[in-house]
Amino acid sequence: MAQGLGDAKGTTAHTEADAAHGRAFPPFQKETFASQLVSLLIAFVALYLIVSKIALPKVGGTIEARQKRIEDDFAEAQKLKGQSDEALKAYETALAQARAKAQAIGAETRERLNAAADAERKALEERLAVKLAEAEKTIAATRESAMSNVQGIATDAAAAIVQQLAGLSPDSKAVGNAVSASLKG
Amino acid sequence: MIDPIHQFNIEKIFTIANIGGYEIAFTNSTAYMLLSVALISLLMLGAGRKLVPGRFQSLAELSYEFVANTVRSSAGAEGMKFFPLVFSLFMFICVSNMIGIIPYTFTVSSHIIVTAALALLVFFTVLVYGFYKNGLKFFKLFVPSGIPVVILPLVVLIEIISFLSRPISHSVRLFANMLAGHITLKVFASFVTMLGAMGVAGWAGAVLPLSLTVALTALELLVAFLQAYVFTILTCIYINDAIHPGH
Repeated sequence: MAQGLGDAKGTTAHTEADAAHGRAFPPFQKETFASQLVSLLIAFVALYLIVSKIALPKVGGTIEARQKRIEDDFAEAQKLKGQSDEALKAYETALAQARAKAQAIGAETRERLNAAADAERKALEERLAVKLAEAEKTIAATRESAMSNVQGIATDAAAAIVQQLAGLSPDSKAVGNAVSASLKG
Repeated sequence: MIDPIHQFNIEKIFTIANIGGYEIAFTNSTAYMLLSVALISLLMLGAGRKLVPGRFQSLAELSYEFVANTVRSSAGAEGMKFFPLVFSLFMFICVSNMIGIIPYTFTVSSHIIVTAALALLVFFTVLVYGFYKNGLKFFKLFVPSGIPVVILPLVVLIEIISFLSRPISHSVRLFANMLAGHITLKVFASFVTMLGAMGVAGWAGAVLPLSLTVALTALELLVAFLQAYVFTILTCIYINDAIHPGH
């Protein structure tokens, strides 16, 4: 063992001394291969264990958690958007219904009021027509009586004129006939 | 003359053990490997778990999702079984390459033994998992469907050779890129110091190699990342072959 160590040390020292003088190209110095292979084995196995047991699960978990969080948030947003869309639809439906109802109520009220107004107008017109007929009747009667009064006055006036002019009193019946004839004349 | 190869030297810090006549030493390479592991652990474990990530946490999550998407797109959802392995490979190569860009540091993947070990790890993972999951059907990998029987033996031979040469191309690509890039950088940087030693005229002349060194450093930064990515995506493609051997 001790002998081996000494030999190996000697070889390595020899190599180091001669390397600068181009004795052997460093990557092809076979005596360094064992050291490098063992170093690489230790370093790479350590790296592999660290990476596969700790590092990758950790970083992968972080990335996955983020992905999941994004997906969850997105799904939540979609759900909320769906809800708001539904609410909007319901609101619009309610609005349309209310508008239709308002129009129906308006139309009905207008019709009812129109009908009432029509009926009232008709009743009023009827009443006015009756009043008009009555008034016409009264006018006719008044005119009749007035005309008969006029004839009486005219007869009296004619008799008086005749008496004044002729100095005789005419027969009232003859005067009446003459006035009537004259009026009709 | 500054030696551009010196940066690749393996310096022994202390001896750990001797096994079968081979000395196992704690070297600068070991230190940089452990530094890479420590930095990756710091990044991945130190990152917070906040819903809205900060910069540090974003970097960790970006690394995670980048590798996860690469595995998923190349090897499918089943390939996620190998996600920890692929992630370890990518982060280890990428971080150690990035550290290597810093002057006076050591680049772990500039040694063929390291890249070869990583490539063989992938190769045998594919081989073992391929036979474990598909049994003898794994041989379908070498027999593409819809090939005339006459040329089938030739195609199978080519497929087998290409499969066996995978770890070579896989490892040499990374090793050669890192090695060549660092030598180029060092050569241009040494021009600056050599010209700078020659006085005022030298200072003027040193402007060009200095600006080239800056530009090359940027390029090397890209190469450091790109080679880690290429290594990773090839790993994913090979793993995909193990999962779905039929072409």
